[in-house]
Amino acid sequence: MHNPTAQSHAGNDAQQRPLPPFQLSVQSSEMAVREALGGFIACLNPLQLDLEEISTVELVLAEALNNIVEHAYPVAMPDQPIRISCVHRRDGLWITISDKGHPMPDGQVPIGMAQDIDVDIMDMPEGGFGWFLIKDLAKDVSYCRKGQENCLDLRLAVAVRRAI
Amino acid sequence: MELSTKTEGHMQVVSVLHSRIDAAVALAFKEAMRSQTDGGADTVLLDLQKVDFIDSSGLGAIVATMKHLSPDRKLVLAGLTPAVDKVFRLTRMDSVFSVFSSLHDAVEAQSA
Repeated sequence: MHNPTAQSHAGNDAQQRPLPPFQLSVQSSEMAVREALGGFIACLNPLQLDLEEISTVELVLAEALNNIVEHAYPVAMPDQPIRISCVHRRDGLWITISDKGHPMPDGQVPIGMAQDIDVDIMDMPEGGFGWFLIKDLAKDVSYCRKGQENCLDLRLAVAVRRAI
Repeated sequence: MELSTKTEGHMQVVSVLHSRIDAAVALAFKEAMRSQTDGGADTVLLDLQKVDFIDSSGLGAIVATMKHLSPDRKLVLAGLTPAVDKVFRLTRMDSVFSVFSSLHDAVEAQSA
C-alpha cells in the first residue's frame, strides 16, 4: 500500500546518514561544466534530495564554474584543471572549488548585488546575475588565493541533519 | 540549438527543444532566436516547457532576445519549469516579462 509518511521518513533517514566526502575534476571548458554538474549531482543520489534542492545545488555550482571558465581561465588557457570537493556536515554540503587560473579582481569575490531592473528595456542587464545567485542561494561563501590556486568555499544548506 | 516554430493566432510560438539553456549554448540560442523570429509576428511566445535548467548566461540570452525584438515587438514566456521559474523569480526578471503558466493560457490571453 502506498504510504507517503513512511516514504518521507525514509527520505529523512537518507539525509541523516552523512554522505562520504567526494571529489571530482574536469578540464576547463563550457561543456566540462555540464559534465561536472552531472557528475556532482549523481554523487548526491544517496541523499534523495528533492528537485528544488537539486536545482539549487546545480545553479550555484553552474554559476561558480562558469565564472572560472569565463574569467579565471581565459580563451588562451584551455583545458586547465578545475577541482570540486564536497563534505557533508550537519549544516549541509560544504563545497570547495579550486582552479589554477587568474585570481579574483581585488582578491575577493564580487559583492553580488541584485541587478537593477527598474530601467528601460534597452538598458536591461544581460549579465551580472551570477554572483547574486551564488550569494543568494549559498551560505558562508569565502574565497582565498593559495599560492597559484583560487579556492572558493561555500555551503549549501541542503541535506541538513538533525542533532540526535 | 534546436527550436521549433509555429503560428498561433497573432503570435509566433517558438519552442525550445533542448533541456538546457546554459553558458555552453547561450550564444547559439541567441542567434537561433534572431533568425527564427526574423520578420515574424509582433508577439513572440517563447515556450520553455522542455527546459529544465537555465543559468545566468541563458537568462541573459533571453533578455538579449527581448531587447532585440524591442521596441516594436514583444517577447512573452510560457511553460516555465520549477528550476527555470526560480532563476526568473530570484533575479526578479519575472516582473519584466509576461509569464504564462502554459502555452494554452498565453494563446487565450493573447486572443482575449
